[in-house]
Amino acid sequence: MSAQLTAEDYALKGSKRPLAALYSRNARAVIARGLLATRSSNWLVMVSGFFEPVLYLVSMGVGLGALVGSVDGPDGQPISYAAYIAPALLAVSAMNGAVYDSTWNVFFKMNFAKLYQGMLYTSLGPLDVAIGEIFLALLRGALYATGFTAVMAVMGLITTPLALLMVPASVLIAFGFASFGMGITSFMKTFQQMEWVNFVMLPMFLFSATFYPLSVYPQGVQWFIQALPLWHGVELLRQISVASFSPATIVHLGYFVVMIAVGMLLTTSRLRTLFLS
Amino acid sequence: MPTLPAGPPVISASRLSKHYGDFKAVDGISFDVPAGESFGLLGPNGAGKSTTMRMIGGVSQRTSGQLTIMGLDPEEHGPEVRAHLGVVPQQDNLDEELKVRDNLIVYGRYFGLPMSYLKAKADELLEFAQLTDKASARVDALSGGMKRRLTIARSLINEPRILLLDEPTTGLDPQARHILWDRLFRLKESGVTLILTTHYMDEAEQLCDRLVVVDKGRIMAEGSPAQLIREHSTREVLELRFGSERNTTVAGDLQGIGDRLEPLPDRVLIYAHDGEATLEQVTSRGLRPITSLVRRSSLEDVFLRLTGRSLVD
Repeated sequence: MSAQLTAEDYALKGSKRPLAALYSRNARAVIARGLLATRSSNWLVMVSGFFEPVLYLVSMGVGLGALVGSVDGPDGQPISYAAYIAPALLAVSAMNGAVYDSTWNVFFKMNFAKLYQGMLYTSLGPLDVAIGEIFLALLRGALYATGFTAVMAVMGLITTPLALLMVPASVLIAFGFASFGMGITSFMKTFQQMEWVNFVMLPMFLFSATFYPLSVYPQGVQWFIQALPLWHGVELLRQISVASFSPATIVHLGYFVVMIAVGMLLTTSRLRTLFLS
Repeated sequence: MPTLPAGPPVISASRLSKHYGDFKAVDGISFDVPAGESFGLLGPNGAGKSTTMRMIGGVSQRTSGQLTIMGLDPEEHGPEVRAHLGVVPQQDNLDEELKVRDNLIVYGRYFGLPMSYLKAKADELLEFAQLTDKASARVDALSGGMKRRLTIARSLINEPRILLLDEPTTGLDPQARHILWDRLFRLKESGVTLILTTHYMDEAEQLCDRLVVVDKGRIMAEGSPAQLIREHSTREVLELRFGSERNTTVAGDLQGIGDRLEPLPDRVLIYAHDGEATLEQVTSRGLRPITSLVRRSSLEDVFLRLTGRSLVD
């Protein structure tokens, strides 16, 4: 099958490259695998993920919005209730998609599909797998965000071309959650522990000024909500949707830059625990 | 058989240990494997064979000891070492979301191999695994034997220099086993180093130049199959069955016959150089076994001798 091997074939020279133990600069093979798998088997799951925020927008924005009428937008101008919650729903969807992909999806592929075991017996290192999976999650997030922004446009909820910046901003939010989520998954051993992820996500979705302004809370609660990542995502997209920027915009962006940096550090330091035993 | 110039060992383990809490899965084992050798780890389930394989592949971190593969530490240079490794894990871990041929091609891309090479190589390996007509089938539609063959084909996609086979023929029918043994033998002839774990004696005897008998994470004995049998057993074995009630009670009457006596629940084994002559001694004492069988000693006997237990419980 192969040519006759000689003793030279058995003497390897180790690379001095940093992270050589964890990374082979081939995350694209993981990405290619993900795209192929999506094309051949799980595209239906992907389509359903797109509809979730749209259904919320229609029921709450249009339905509940009929009762609420118009509310004050980020710049103080009155906007429809649907236009108020639409960017928040987009932030929630970016969070949910990224967290699902980096926690449940990774947990399942690790412990049940045994996919990573196969990958890690090749030249791939754990960092290739982590980068590839996070990229796939972000690609999916970008597709959803584009679709949702298009739905907003069709519903007449977009008044400025700058609103298109919501798509890259959603990817930034997703990156923050995905990089952190994968690090957190490395601490999880059982399904029961994985349920804690949902236990944190649901209240964050409901209370991060998603459906009403932060001002309804007492001061202490406000501070707490403002420390959470989703609130920054909601506010960031809400500002972009009406092109009303302020110094707070920088704070929101900075929050996610730091979150990504800390998340990637955490994930990288936990790669051996996560992927090797 | 072609032999490679003697060089440093391609795999060198020194007091290698892996502990999970208090449990010592691998407890200080040392061995060297020269290039081109076919080396076996023989032992019952839970002996630490798979854990050793995983450490060689750099996907399991050792607790203590030294390990080098082709001169490199697999923990420090995992991707580089594995570029030249082929791995057949004990349980098939094929990509269920991909089709049969895509399983080979995508796996090859994990090694960074170019598509032009992979397309031809995948077809060659499908032929090898007799799966050409299943190329575009889904993996979950394959039988157990087909999945095993695909896993083995997949391990060859990068033309490995060292092939790790963890219980390679478990679940294969006898014909498929012999085909696989033949293929492995050809790989060995081309200079590929084979490391395999097995609890099948015939497999170890067929494939291994040298093997270690492992039990409870420790090496009990080391040598070629013939050497081990010579050192730890006799040339022949006489197997006697007296019926399940009497096997142990009759043992007393057999004292002094043969080199060694091993009463088991279902039969009595008498180890001796000449089995037929031993049988005559038994019958001359007036003992009438229901069945008797003279056979050559095997590694099963070596294992029984070393551990006091059978390999397959």
